[in-house]
Amino acid sequence: MTGGFTTLFRKEVLRFWKVSFQTVAAPVLSALLYLVIFSHALAAHVEAYPGVGYTQFLVPGLAMMSMLQNAFANASSSLIQSKITGNIVFILLAPLTPGDLFAAYLLAAVVRAVAVGAGVIVAVAWLVPLPLPNVLWLAAFALAGAGILGALGIVAGIWAEKFDQLAAFQNFLVMPLTFLAGVFYSIDSLPPFWQAASRLNPFFYAIDGFRYAFFGRSDVSPWTSLAIASATLCALSWMTLRLLRSGYKLRH
Amino acid sequence: MAGPAVEVRDARKRFGGVRALDGVSLAVEEGEFFALLGPNGAGKTTLISALAGLVRPDAGRLRVMGRDVASEYREARRLLGIVPQEIVFDPFFTVREILELQAGYFGLRASRPWIGELLERLALGSKADANMRSLSGGMKRRVMVAQALVHRPPVIVLDEPTAGVDVELRQTLWQFVRELNAAGHTIVLTTHYLEEAQNLCSRIAMMKAGRIVALDSTRSLLAAFSERVLRVKLDGCALPASLAAGAVQDAAGWHRIPVENAAQVESALARLRDAGAKISHLEVAEPELEEVFVKIMGRADAAAGEAA
Repeated sequence: MTGGFTTLFRKEVLRFWKVSFQTVAAPVLSALLYLVIFSHALAAHVEAYPGVGYTQFLVPGLAMMSMLQNAFANASSSLIQSKITGNIVFILLAPLTPGDLFAAYLLAAVVRAVAVGAGVIVAVAWLVPLPLPNVLWLAAFALAGAGILGALGIVAGIWAEKFDQLAAFQNFLVMPLTFLAGVFYSIDSLPPFWQAASRLNPFFYAIDGFRYAFFGRSDVSPWTSLAIASATLCALSWMTLRLLRSGYKLRH
Repeated sequence: MAGPAVEVRDARKRFGGVRALDGVSLAVEEGEFFALLGPNGAGKTTLISALAGLVRPDAGRLRVMGRDVASEYREARRLLGIVPQEIVFDPFFTVREILELQAGYFGLRASRPWIGELLERLALGSKADANMRSLSGGMKRRVMVAQALVHRPPVIVLDEPTAGVDVELRQTLWQFVRELNAAGHTIVLTTHYLEEAQNLCSRIAMMKAGRIVALDSTRSLLAAFSERVLRVKLDGCALPASLAAGAVQDAAGWHRIPVENAAQVESALARLRDAGAKISHLEVAEPELEEVFVKIMGRADAAAGEAA
């Protein structure tokens, strides 16, 4: 890590913070709308876990889903904007290492995700009584989940050459995988095939483990979830670093 | 021994079927004011990009102050300041923030006084806290110059810094760059304004189709490829036979008579007077880089034709 890393990280945080109404407040509002609508429509019908009301069940999943989506959005949109406007040249001209670039974009994505996730939880806490979460599990899954999507955002931002390519990545990969990761239901309620399919989705483990931090209950063991989420994060980080080292689509 | 400020050895780069760099070798010594000239697509920007690490050459070695731009990229980039050709900026930040960030990318913390000086010297002081979006094109260009200098690089490369820039800024910019050169910085410049290169640069490389087609001091190039000419327009009479030999007449009716010095101008005028010719217009044109450029590019075309 070089001195340049700190500055790039700070710049990436400033970039979203300067437009935080759009990058933090808006996703918090979206999550609240999901909560209001789904809890109104489904609260009477579903009890995900015994003793946990549907609205309560929904909150950690929605918070994590918002975190995942915003971690991805932060890294990917920053990179593609810099590429399309051309100002990425100033970063490429600097003596930053691939590791500096990776760490700065990844950590800024995690910071945005945590800001959004905290925003959702704090806003919801006024409306829905929530148990006090286990801070260690909460932090572990927040970091792992946001890290996975931050790394994926870097890959997408490097790969995409146009905004619509990035939108495709977001709409056809990130959105379905986050929506189908057990945010709105316990996968135990699914038919066996879809249960098995959900278990192949790494985002499911981030959400399931994050929920465990609140309720002490989850579809799979939190240790399993943590192992799978961490392994996914490591694999994606390794791939992203390799991509950055190769200069793929950045240095021609 | 650090070696030359910039050293390029047999650099090659293909983009699909195009040979953007086709075996380029050159060295720019420390403290030189060097011009890299050539038509669009000659490979100048590719060469600069390779030096900056933005383009990875297929073959060849490039060094900045002795540091390899691939294996010692961190050191090489600290020694190099590049002003890219395209105007690009980050719309999220103010001028001062941009410069502080850029200094930070180079790991520099206490750079405020130097940033203040850069803002002052590039007449950006009043815009220091303005957002980049609100700046005119010329001002954005100045910010890019400041960004390239923020880490005080000994080697500065300006890729067409005056394209689309007004006269006043051009003057300010050249004044500043000349001072940097006088203070020991090596300057490499590309430009389409050949008179700028002629006035500023002590040595010139001309590129065409990815190759260096001429590399010499400005003075030698001018002496070899351009000449001082006496241009006259006559009132309804022909050029006397004694002068017609080496002279050419252009479409506008000007006669171009090559002259080496003032004595020859005088003797040519005496012959015109003796022949009873009436001169309506007269001027002495000094050697021009533009002529050198046209001739060298023509020669390169001919050579390419022969090779094919």
